[in-house]
Amino acid sequence: MVEGFRGGLRAGAPFAVAGGILAVSFGILADEAGFSDIAAVIMSAIVFAGSAQFTAISILAAGGGAGAAVAAATLMNSRFLPMSAAVGPSFSGGPLRRAAKGQAVVDHSWALSSRGDGSFDEALLLGASAIAYCTWVGGTAVGAIWGDALGDPDALGLDAIFPAFFFGLLLNELRSRRARGVAALGTALALALVPFTPPGVPVLVASLASLVGLTKRARAEVQERQEAEGEPR
Amino acid sequence: MSTVAVTIAGCAAVTAAIKATGPVALGGRELPSWFTSVVILLSPALLAALVATQAFAEGDRLAFDADTVGVAAGGLVFWVSRSIVACVVIAAAATALVRAL
Repeated sequence: MVEGFRGGLRAGAPFAVAGGILAVSFGILADEAGFSDIAAVIMSAIVFAGSAQFTAISILAAGGGAGAAVAAATLMNSRFLPMSAAVGPSFSGGPLRRAAKGQAVVDHSWALSSRGDGSFDEALLLGASAIAYCTWVGGTAVGAIWGDALGDPDALGLDAIFPAFFFGLLLNELRSRRARGVAALGTALALALVPFTPPGVPVLVASLASLVGLTKRARAEVQERQEAEGEPR
Repeated sequence: MSTVAVTIAGCAAVTAAIKATGPVALGGRELPSWFTSVVILLSPALLAALVATQAFAEGDRLAFDADTVGVAAGGLVFWVSRSIVACVVIAAAATALVRAL
């Protein structure tokens, strides 16, 4: 368990550094959206979900209300429902402990801890999330407090950091031909919906591309792999 | 409460509820192969959609602009170097460069 947690800290370190840079950009943008320094830090500390936080502050910055911001953040975070459901069986402990561990699920730790057979390395996930949490909250504080000294966030290209971070995660995932096809389908679905739906909905609908996994061939391959590795978990 | 406070509290409550649901509902159970098969593909679908909407969407329209170039540059760097830090730094630098031109 300790070994796995340390492994998670190591595997998660580069993502935590990149996440820290992302958090600095969040702190600066939150400041611009009318958040006090302490409010930006509190949000990062208790929400700990980059895409939802960026979505919420961009709506407030555009003049939207709290209801619209929370609704969009909810849609953005809806992907954690299937993600945390996927991890569920790999978590040990009673319902309360599992619910608490579920809070540690963030995109990169989820992806890093996936064993590729549908099961997850719990200790690695917690380690990767722990180090990311520190840089996420710390980076937000740096951006919120000292961001003014950096100058115009647009001129610095800070808005490209968030999608680039997720692009890196994505490229790590595209090992199989099927995964590449699903990514292309998800992209097409999301971009097609952008002009017609509120933010968050395109991403949520794009998750339907994963239903490609229901095809006979995809299921057969999973079963083969599980059997090859012994007992399915 | 202010708009900012309501937004933060709302986001925190909703996120905690979403992240707790899966582990509580499905803890310790063995999953059927169709579920696993879908879950494996969920990550590329969601990540691709997130990247595409962030890189191309400006509100409710699609646009190819400086941040699109930056994200593409970051992706290229990651593909070659496998460094997530280099990826985000180059993405920001390339975006800034295009905006400065």
